[in-house]
Amino acid sequence: MTTIFGVPTLQLYSQLLLGLINGAFYAMLSLGLAVIFGMLNIVNFAHGALFTMGAFVAWMLLNYAGIGYFPALILSPIIVGLFGMAMEKTIISRLYKLDHLYGLLLTFGVALVIEGLFRNIYGSSGMPYGRPDMLSGTSNIGFMFLPHYRGWVVVAAVVICGATWAIIEKTSLGATLRAATERAELVQAFGVNVPRLITLTYGGGVALAAFAGVLAAPIYSVNPNMGTNFINTVFAVVVIGGMGSIMGSVITGFGLGIIQGLTKVFWSEASETVIFFVMVIVLLTRPRGLFGKAG
Amino acid sequence: MKLARRTLLGTAAATTLPLVRAHAQMPTLKIGVMNDMSGIYQNTTGMTSVICAKQAIEEFNPTAKGFNVEVITADHQNKPDLAVSIGRQWFDRDGVDMLLDVPTSSAALALQDVVREKNKVYLNSGAATAALTGDKCSPNLVHWTYDTYMLAKSTGGAMVKAGGDSWFFITADYAFGHALENDTSNFVKKQGGKVMGAVRTPFPGTTDFSSFLLQAQASGAKVLGLANAGGDTVNSIKQAAEFGINQKMKVASLLMFVTDVHALGLPVAQGLNLSETFYWDLNDKTRAFTNRVKAKTPNNWPNMIHAGCYSATLHYLKAIAEMGAAKAKEDGRAVIARMKAMPTEDDCFGKGTIREDGRRLVPAYLFEVKKPAESKGPWDYYKLVQTTAAEEAFRPLAEGNCVMNRS
Repeated sequence: MTTIFGVPTLQLYSQLLLGLINGAFYAMLSLGLAVIFGMLNIVNFAHGALFTMGAFVAWMLLNYAGIGYFPALILSPIIVGLFGMAMEKTIISRLYKLDHLYGLLLTFGVALVIEGLFRNIYGSSGMPYGRPDMLSGTSNIGFMFLPHYRGWVVVAAVVICGATWAIIEKTSLGATLRAATERAELVQAFGVNVPRLITLTYGGGVALAAFAGVLAAPIYSVNPNMGTNFINTVFAVVVIGGMGSIMGSVITGFGLGIIQGLTKVFWSEASETVIFFVMVIVLLTRPRGLFGKAG
Repeated sequence: MKLARRTLLGTAAATTLPLVRAHAQMPTLKIGVMNDMSGIYQNTTGMTSVICAKQAIEEFNPTAKGFNVEVITADHQNKPDLAVSIGRQWFDRDGVDMLLDVPTSSAALALQDVVREKNKVYLNSGAATAALTGDKCSPNLVHWTYDTYMLAKSTGGAMVKAGGDSWFFITADYAFGHALENDTSNFVKKQGGKVMGAVRTPFPGTTDFSSFLLQAQASGAKVLGLANAGGDTVNSIKQAAEFGINQKMKVASLLMFVTDVHALGLPVAQGLNLSETFYWDLNDKTRAFTNRVKAKTPNNWPNMIHAGCYSATLHYLKAIAEMGAAKAKEDGRAVIARMKAMPTEDDCFGKGTIREDGRRLVPAYLFEVKKPAESKGPWDYYKLVQTTAAEEAFRPLAEGNCVMNRS
């Protein structure tokens, strides 16, 4: 059997694939963050909590209303998105004129409140959420047994990231949105309701987090800490990719997932640290991030 | 007769005054319950530990014996540095006399020296590491409920006996995981088995175990030893089922509580072997205890750590009543000595003893998790497979290398 640094290549392939799957979550979460930062200039620290909320809403839909996984995949992002819009309208919108730091503090506080509420009601051990039956098998793909559900996560993530990119870069709505970030007054003068556009953008970014939360629910247990575990890594991903760069955050998300996957094989103890190591190197050599535009 | 309101109030105050004074003269002992109130060990310890400690106080009724007991709590967030700073504050400023629970072995070990320095009482129910009564032992501690050696022997030993003679470990990368892996490896090797490898996972913060699980599978070992706990164990087992690893390897969940089984759900957890020293449905007395507390913690029934907090508090109060509260407040070491001299007995664990190194000895039970069809009601999760007698269950005194009076 061929080996690379003493690790069989077949095993390496499977680790690469697993890295890609985790990267899918990083990509979806950092994409939402990038959209919100790019359009609203808000560092949305509540993103992890809203990811958690997405998973909890899916769990509640199943247990209180009998609504299954696939409807929840659509309903939960809508519900959490509406919650996000209400939050933007009532509190976040008051901070646009202030320094970034205030937005960061506010959303951080909101995150603590949301997670605290779930912890108070449901405890921290987490609740089981089953995989949908049609995705519950595994397939032998030569070098490993791939659970269908994990394959589905990658496909869903690629589709949703691609769609988001297309909406922002290729449609007239996206063009208006980008114009509004550059020169809000001018776009308003053309009769576009900019505040509403911003609210919708925040709702959309938050819905992405909730979508990722529903996807994550069957893999991890639905628990109040699930977002916290991701959010630090995801912020590092955004910084490495370049704040506000949409394509950058997606590519970096997948890429770092793979780097982390490989680290787990060669030096598992460092697998949570490696991303921050990369972040330090990137900040030293390219302070704007890998895909950041010159400011 | 016309009574002024002031006179009435005055009379009332005068009649109650002696009572109040008598109450105030009674010495007050302070119990500090420190554990994880918000993280991955919240359900295995958390508020339910506090509720069980308070239950013991309520049942013992210390005021009838001439002293008061107060309970305060803190969340150490599984951080040793935070645990030490709360501990120092409790002893120096808040006058805490007894430190209870303290899960997370790294935090538990860090507090060992603080309690010893302040000469207080340390009753540890939550932490696993057997080092607490081994080379890190202290005359101020009783390790109450379980330890890594007992888990390795009960669960690990049973797995080897059933033919699982080659192991691969997934280990939480801190004091507890290392201790559990080490103790289990020793058992496996002693019985002629071999350890094919181990992978250390960052703690806390690891959520995806799939990569480690595939490494375990690639090792060709028959048994997957999980040297982790709480949320980590839940995620490992869930993902092992997802990748079909539980069909190729036997999964040994070396530290698992009834609260974790509840979080996993029986469809995923069924058939797992695990060891606890307490289970609510073990006998009439354990059921009676659970009935008394479950209304206070309806979503999280007591596991062995919680029951240990009840049992430890009860035994502590018995010792205080015998030696007198004033003396107890002065000298923690004397309280521990007194506790060691008395046999323990309560509804949760039956009869037990405390050995000179601070290890409490009770029987250990090996359970198998029921199939969903076998479960007849809420929290009906375990079948008893094997009982290890108290003298057999824990590490022999001589092997622990405990030197109590180090300078």
